[in-house]
Amino acid sequence: MTELKRTVALTVNGKRYEKEVEVRVTLADFIRHYLGLTGTHLGCEHGVCGACTILFDGHSARSCLMLAVQADGHDLLTVEGIAPSDEKLHPLQEAFRDNHGLQCGFCTPGMLTTLLEFLRDNPDPTEQEVRIAISGNLCRCTGYQGIVNAALDAAKRLQGQKVI
Amino acid sequence: MKPPPFRYYDPRTVADAIGLLGRLDNAKLLAGGQSLMPMLNMRYVLPDHVIDLNRVEGLSYIREAGGAIEIGAMTRQRELEFSDLIRAKLPIMHEALLQVGHRQTRNRGTIGGSLCHLDPAAALVTLAAGYEATVVVVGPKGQREIAFKDFPVAYMTPAIEQNEILTAIRFRPWAAGHGYAFVEFSRRHGDFAITSAAALIEADGAGKITRASVTIGGAAVTPVRASEVEKAITGQKPGADLFRQACESCRKVEAIEDIHAPASYRQHLAAVMSRRALEKAQTRIGQSPTATRH
Repeated sequence: MTELKRTVALTVNGKRYEKEVEVRVTLADFIRHYLGLTGTHLGCEHGVCGACTILFDGHSARSCLMLAVQADGHDLLTVEGIAPSDEKLHPLQEAFRDNHGLQCGFCTPGMLTTLLEFLRDNPDPTEQEVRIAISGNLCRCTGYQGIVNAALDAAKRLQGQKVI
Repeated sequence: MKPPPFRYYDPRTVADAIGLLGRLDNAKLLAGGQSLMPMLNMRYVLPDHVIDLNRVEGLSYIREAGGAIEIGAMTRQRELEFSDLIRAKLPIMHEALLQVGHRQTRNRGTIGGSLCHLDPAAALVTLAAGYEATVVVVGPKGQREIAFKDFPVAYMTPAIEQNEILTAIRFRPWAAGHGYAFVEFSRRHGDFAITSAAALIEADGAGKITRASVTIGGAAVTPVRASEVEKAITGQKPGADLFRQACESCRKVEAIEDIHAPASYRQHLAAVMSRRALEKAQTRIGQSPTATRH
């Protein structure tokens, strides 16, 4: 039945996937359970915590607030696709490590994807702009200060470089 | 926290979407999904059918037509936020959008979805009331237009028939150099406003207010025009004392009560927010909106 199940063909982190999926499955569950990419975390499942943020055609979106079928034909980036290689981290990830931008790591995938888009659109942000940019991502460990420092540090490291 | 089972359709034309609405019982339209998806995940709504409008062509645009700015229903909040035309002609919308959710939700959320969901605290709903916007809906019998004052029929209930779809909304811009401000009170950035206010004012060469629109959002079951304030300040020279006195009448708003705030607090905020909006709007009279940092 086309109305209950669909085949979804999409690109995630540069790799093509094609899977049959129930139409009611969220994009977040599809990424985790059907594609096995468990770096995308699910906190609240109703669009409050920001942990499941991915880039959908280059724009941040909460994958718990989309259906997998809506991603058919689209291009996604998840936290697994941020680092340039297995050996090397992205400058934003390095800045997180150096500035105590994470502790338990649960919110980190959503923070990184959110900040990637933000730093691409706003390469020289103020601290206040960074705080607003991550206002839709909850962190219960760091008190945000390390994350804000990491984002500002990453902006410096990324000057003149392609962010995504 | 998973959506209940439903059947899914993704029509490519408005006509097909209307056809599906006419044929299917208990169907829900899915626009940007930033309200419907949480409601599905929490199973507040249990539709048998979901009709996704994201692949319908021709519903996403911002254009000038007949002296108005017409916005297609599926235009994302992000596109409005970054539109030069919106910034120049409807600068209050740019300011308001920066307070709507977060970048992640504005990238998906649509103006049509926000208007049909009709949360009384939603910024775009409040602006539509303030501008006396015109809503365009299409059904099996064709197109009709609804003045926004007739659009909300009850709490979160728009005047759209079961088999109709909202396709566009028209805003008539105010004169160049008008004053504007959207202010809100919320506990955290990006939360729904507990109470908000949208103010638009035009002034003549002598500095007297010739036209005013003040709308209070989030306080009552629908956004409320503060018509007493509008009357009291029109023909007057703008100023802190005038605004303070005039906005006292906002305390009479028939306010709602919920876990966030009692009615009396919202009534207090209605007076404070409308005054602040007018004071901010006054400072912007005669200024270029594209040069203003929101």
